[in-house]
Amino acid sequence: MLGLGDVWVFMAYLLCVLSAILCAVYGFVKWNDDEEPYTDEAKRWAEEEAEIEKTL
Amino acid sequence: MTIFWVFVYLIIVAFLGYLGYRHTKGASDYLVAGRKVHPFIMALSYGATFISTSAIVGFGGAAGVFGMGLLYLTFLNIFVGILIAFIVFGKRTRRMGYHLDSHTFPELLGRRFQSPFIQKFAGIVIFLFMPLYTAVVLIGAAKYIEQQFAIEYVTALIFFTLIVAVYVIMGGLKGVMYTDAFQGSIMAIGMLSLIIFTYYNLGGIIKSHVDLTALTPPPPLAAKGHMGWTSMPALGSDFWWTLVSTIIMGVGIGVLAQPQLVVRFMTVKSNRELNRAVAIGGIFILLMTGVAFTSGALSNVWFTKNEKGIKYCEISGAILEICPGKKIVKIDEKNIEKFKPQYKDIKPGDEIDLHKDVPHKETTKGSLSIVAAGGVVENIIPQFVKQSMPHWFSILFMLTLLAAAMSTLSSQFHAMGTAIGRDFYMQIIKDKKAAEERSVFINKMGIGVTILVSVVLAYFLPVIYSKGEAIIARGTSIFFGLCAGTFLPAYISALYLKRITKAGVVAGMLSGFTVAFFWLVFVLEKEAMAIGLCQALFGKPTLLSSPWTMIDPMFISFPTSLIVTLVVSLFTQKLSENHIKHCFQGIGK
Repeated sequence: MLGLGDVWVFMAYLLCVLSAILCAVYGFVKWNDDEEPYTDEAKRWAEEEAEIEKTL
Repeated sequence: MTIFWVFVYLIIVAFLGYLGYRHTKGASDYLVAGRKVHPFIMALSYGATFISTSAIVGFGGAAGVFGMGLLYLTFLNIFVGILIAFIVFGKRTRRMGYHLDSHTFPELLGRRFQSPFIQKFAGIVIFLFMPLYTAVVLIGAAKYIEQQFAIEYVTALIFFTLIVAVYVIMGGLKGVMYTDAFQGSIMAIGMLSLIIFTYYNLGGIIKSHVDLTALTPPPPLAAKGHMGWTSMPALGSDFWWTLVSTIIMGVGIGVLAQPQLVVRFMTVKSNRELNRAVAIGGIFILLMTGVAFTSGALSNVWFTKNEKGIKYCEISGAILEICPGKKIVKIDEKNIEKFKPQYKDIKPGDEIDLHKDVPHKETTKGSLSIVAAGGVVENIIPQFVKQSMPHWFSILFMLTLLAAAMSTLSSQFHAMGTAIGRDFYMQIIKDKKAAEERSVFINKMGIGVTILVSVVLAYFLPVIYSKGEAIIARGTSIFFGLCAGTFLPAYISALYLKRITKAGVVAGMLSGFTVAFFWLVFVLEKEAMAIGLCQALFGKPTLLSSPWTMIDPMFISFPTSLIVTLVVSLFTQKLSENHIKHCFQGIGK
């Protein structure tokens, strides 16, 4: 168990690494999925956001 | 030398901030820049906002006390804070945010449920309570500066606050993506170096783990359920409840409803960028909290071995240069005889200071991290880095922490500024034109007030809480728990449950907030005792007894809020079909 004293902590150690790997695999597998056109709605949102930033 | 690199770092940050500001000056320029935000930049920016000195210094220090069980929080940080947050929440948030033209978290909830009250209430909760989280981020940075330069805590706090204030005044809240990404990169390099050095210094991964497993917890820790630094605390003990409910679950789940993180999902061009950001975000978080918690726990091996002959004060047990000059012992029936020759009039229940008027006694004996850090949890990581690492690494780590603190603080001030300006003030003023004209002033005043309140809290919190309390971890947990109880059921409903009504969400948010607040003031042991209202009203420190006094408010407030939201929605008027269609357009397909 990598020198760890408790199976629960060993699991935590393992889960950290595995979940990071899962994120990496998900991201790379879906690297080109879900592309969307740039809509007018999104453009309006970005314009408004720029206005808000000016007030800060 | 350290100061020189701090200045170089600040100049780069200022330059990137200026570039970002120039991009936002014209809306069309901004659109070009904004739409080109690379997923790598977005992920690093999200990660740098997510992870602060609170996680590294505060929770890393807590790992020095609680051990590697804290890695369950890292697992939740990655699995919930990245994977679920981006995929389950982020994608829908992005689309719904555009449909409803929402720019803040309160605005998203308010418009989704067609309730200005929800927006105002969420805005005021953020404005009033986020300073607690801001304060612990400040404490984390100031504690490191204090230890690094061996200066007074208050001087370090003022110095760092000035840096932050200059950053904010110079436009640090604008175009934060690029500065955040730069800061995220420094954090990644710093933390990667930390774990390599830690394992290298201690003889490798397995050897260092074996040595940590071999350490026996001292009786005061064992009595509270501590079973060693590579084991979970005894099930149901005080330590177990604090670790699992407050530190792991409170923060691990609460991250889903963090206002400053939710808005980040809307800044990318499409859901494709969110997919890509998951890959980078997961690895980044492993490098941040995974490294901080592992190194924090392993610091015990280094301090007990004391390989470089660090000088300790034999009386207090702390490293000589940070010895507080105080060692309080409580007199009881067992130890009274030992102290009687020296203190003639003592009786059980008295407290004596063994270090009063007695000079430091030097020794090179090894000790546990918490003892070496003078009993202050937040000093463990700074002292570990300072004592065990080469000097150049201390400088790199200093920059890592500055980056971690500033990227989180800038997003917090952004969230608090818009909470008081856009979500509260703009909603209560009927004359919209006049309100808009004054919005710059209100936002800036709001940010100024929150900086001030945060600094005052950052000064007083370490004074109010006695030693060994892990104030940074507790403060963060309280805010995250409060957000989970108040906002999470509403947020889940907004994105997934079409049948939930406006009245249901209002009732759920109010009940979640009330229960969380009540729990904090009247039940949670450390907090209720520090606030003192329960003692003043009912003559006892808390209304309930253990284990309730150890259980995080989120465990009570989140289910309460969720049930109230669902039940009230069953009996109240649904939102119009058209509105629901508009909100969910293109979602869930």
